[in-house]
Amino acid sequence: MADDVLKTISISDMENIALGGAFLGTGGGGDPYIGKLMAEEAIQKNGPVTVLNVDDIPDDGLVVPVAMMGAPTVMLEKLPQGNEAISALEALQSYLGKKTDAVFCIEAGGLNSTIPIAVAAQAKLPIVDGDGMGRAFPELQMVSMTMHNIKACPMVMADEKGNSLVLNTVDNLSTEKFARVITVEMGGVGLIALYPMTGAEAKKSILRGSLSLINNIGRIIHSEQKENRNPANFLKDKLKGVVLFEGRVMDVDRRTEGGFAKGSCKILGLEKYSGKEISLEFQNEFLLAKSKDNTPIAMTPDLICLLDLETGQPITTEQIRYGFRVLVFGLSCDPQWRTKHGLELVGPKYFGYDYTYTPIEDLN
Amino acid sequence: MYRIGIDVGGTNTDAVVMQNEKVLLGVKNPTTEDVMTGVINSLKEVIEKTEISKDEISSVMIGTTHFTNAVVERQRLSQTAAVRLCLPAAQCLPPMVDWPEDIKSSVGGKFWMAKGGNEFDGREISSIDEDELLEIAEAIGRENIESVAICSVFSPVNDEMEKKALSILQTKLPNADFTLSSEIGRLGILERENAAIMNASLRNLGKKTVDAFGQALKTLGVACPYFITQNDGTLMGADFAKSYPVLTFASGPTNSMRGASFLTGEQNAIVVDVGGTSTDVGALIKGFPRPASTSVDVGGVRTNFRMPDVYSIALGGGSIVKKDQSVSVGPKSVGFNIHTDAMIFGGSTITTTDIAVGLGIADIGDAEKARALGNEMLTSTKEKIDMMITDAVERMRVSSESIPVLAVGGGSILIPEKVGDLPVVKPENFAVANAVGAAIGQISGEVDRIFSLADKSRDQVLAEAKDEATQKAISAGAKADTIEILDQEDVPLAYLPGNATRVRLKVVGDLDG
Repeated sequence: MADDVLKTISISDMENIALGGAFLGTGGGGDPYIGKLMAEEAIQKNGPVTVLNVDDIPDDGLVVPVAMMGAPTVMLEKLPQGNEAISALEALQSYLGKKTDAVFCIEAGGLNSTIPIAVAAQAKLPIVDGDGMGRAFPELQMVSMTMHNIKACPMVMADEKGNSLVLNTVDNLSTEKFARVITVEMGGVGLIALYPMTGAEAKKSILRGSLSLINNIGRIIHSEQKENRNPANFLKDKLKGVVLFEGRVMDVDRRTEGGFAKGSCKILGLEKYSGKEISLEFQNEFLLAKSKDNTPIAMTPDLICLLDLETGQPITTEQIRYGFRVLVFGLSCDPQWRTKHGLELVGPKYFGYDYTYTPIEDLN
Repeated sequence: MYRIGIDVGGTNTDAVVMQNEKVLLGVKNPTTEDVMTGVINSLKEVIEKTEISKDEISSVMIGTTHFTNAVVERQRLSQTAAVRLCLPAAQCLPPMVDWPEDIKSSVGGKFWMAKGGNEFDGREISSIDEDELLEIAEAIGRENIESVAICSVFSPVNDEMEKKALSILQTKLPNADFTLSSEIGRLGILERENAAIMNASLRNLGKKTVDAFGQALKTLGVACPYFITQNDGTLMGADFAKSYPVLTFASGPTNSMRGASFLTGEQNAIVVDVGGTSTDVGALIKGFPRPASTSVDVGGVRTNFRMPDVYSIALGGGSIVKKDQSVSVGPKSVGFNIHTDAMIFGGSTITTTDIAVGLGIADIGDAEKARALGNEMLTSTKEKIDMMITDAVERMRVSSESIPVLAVGGGSILIPEKVGDLPVVKPENFAVANAVGAAIGQISGEVDRIFSLADKSRDQVLAEAKDEATQKAISAGAKADTIEILDQEDVPLAYLPGNATRVRLKVVGDLDG
């Protein structure tokens, strides 16, 4: 989708970005709505945000992703103070003794696709058109940077009360484990600045063009909704995606394990899928789609998005209810995730599904 | 004993008299500007025509769209102060941040943020600062604002802070009227706060309107208690309704669906309510409307009320029919002017009612004039109408099961004998289904908060929630032995260790007496 490269982000762009972010959130990452409002407020105050191609950053420049860590549901209730991410970023800068040249999104879905835009506007910094996942994943080591041996630390976590903590851990999985515990003490949510990297490191590691992609997806969904068409058909052509299934949600089974919302939902086919049944397995995000005889249709790290059958509105794993009419949309993940190292980080086995990864193109 | 149900709509005020499970009579009269006169007219008519004794009326249930209309029209709203207990958190998105400008200015748009609020697990974000709140109270007093909404972070988990702030603010604002967000809403601070502010701004109108209902009953010498219906089809007492007018939002479609269920005895069905201008289609599950999944805007303000999932199309008894290359129906309607504008009443506009009369489906007005439209015109229009209804019903259908379609509302003559493969049931008294829905309202109790599963099992937590909801229902007037769970859901909180889970549970029971 090379048609529209995002150069600046104004208030009028946020609606599309939030919608595209919800789509690439693959059911997780929280509703981008709060982040959208924050970005709109910050842009109102400080003006539009410049979007940079990662190649525009000097090799010795400093690039830092900022994000929210913890439970998106908590953030819907305890809204941020507003300066947490900036103070995390400033603490990281003073620790490193260097100024940041640009920020970027750690993931391309959910709340974390909109919050960094608010931070960029507040800090008057440009934002890089790229991210570390090309979608949403639940843990902070699950980024392309890990595959390029870039360390999450030093990492700073900050809360609304003014606390900020610097972490130095032995590897990125340990960073995740320690940081997760701290978010609880911070009231369920912390704002974080991590993976400080040079321009040269960013150029080789980040997934490019994510913000433009999000913006284009949001724009397509909006314009197709206006024409009363389901956006899935247009998106399928544009993104080389595949409509996996259409049907009604007949059962939702949820449970909590280790702080994750796990579960599955059964979908009974409609129209040309009538008589068939599939189930989706989720752990915050949708990770596995399989037919009734357990034949996989799509699996992580490929993207499984759930859309409203009529409007194409993305549906999160927290929102699914019995009776919803849905369309299951599949999308190939970034090729980096399909390497041996990539699959170790985010393949089906990491999440406890006993399947050998097969690309979505080969399954459908 | 008799029950009377009243539906105060934008156009008509309907009333029905019910004896146990039987509808004795239903009537329609125009809604009046003062609301009260319309209620008196309909109430008087049903009582006189059924010749029941006023002493034998056990209760009167009233459904109204009056408060929703006030918000949508930005009329009759009071100046309101929003006080949020949150600091240092939540400053980045102040109260009313996402409201349309016109409604924000209708309520004054004034807000204050203060220390307070809780974490998800009940810890304090910061303690309440009494001096800070006293200063805020003085500022509110200087603005001459007498309606205040208080909202504290995580108040659905712990409402102590809101109560404490109320008692502090009251010392300086003895005449002000307060709404606490924890008494209305669920988790999601912006939506709950929005509901609290709208409620505060409607309090004055709430008092006036509910008193007008009471006055109407008094004028006619009806001394029984009266209730107002909520958005989920359950009842609230008159005093409660005065305090929480916001809870009546969307009670209209709910009453029509519940009424349709009652009149036909069907528990699982699709309800099609055809009015003069539009048709509302909803789904009934176990006799209650299926709630909408996404947040619902009321007059452009985001809320998280439990609203029925309703799909509306511009098709009604007054919809205008046009023929160029093909036939088009609606979205324009002649509305109340059907009695002068439709062909069958001597007018020159072709309406859907003319088509129904021309085909002999209905018998009103001058059928000759309708038949003169010609067979081809009549049948092709009917096909178009059938298709519109079938599409709308298909959208709301939840399973391939063959459930009935219940046709209600004044324009339901337009609904075919079968919708797709689904049978259609047209009850007697279909035109006053709303008022019947009001008359059969039940009493509810609801719990929505986060429970820790650290030292309790899921079953224990659900049992605890059920007890709490049952107690709420009983204290609101429900008969203990009729209480059952209407809706239950537990959603684990993602991304956090410690196994916290959010439980939403609602019970309903029959009204005692």
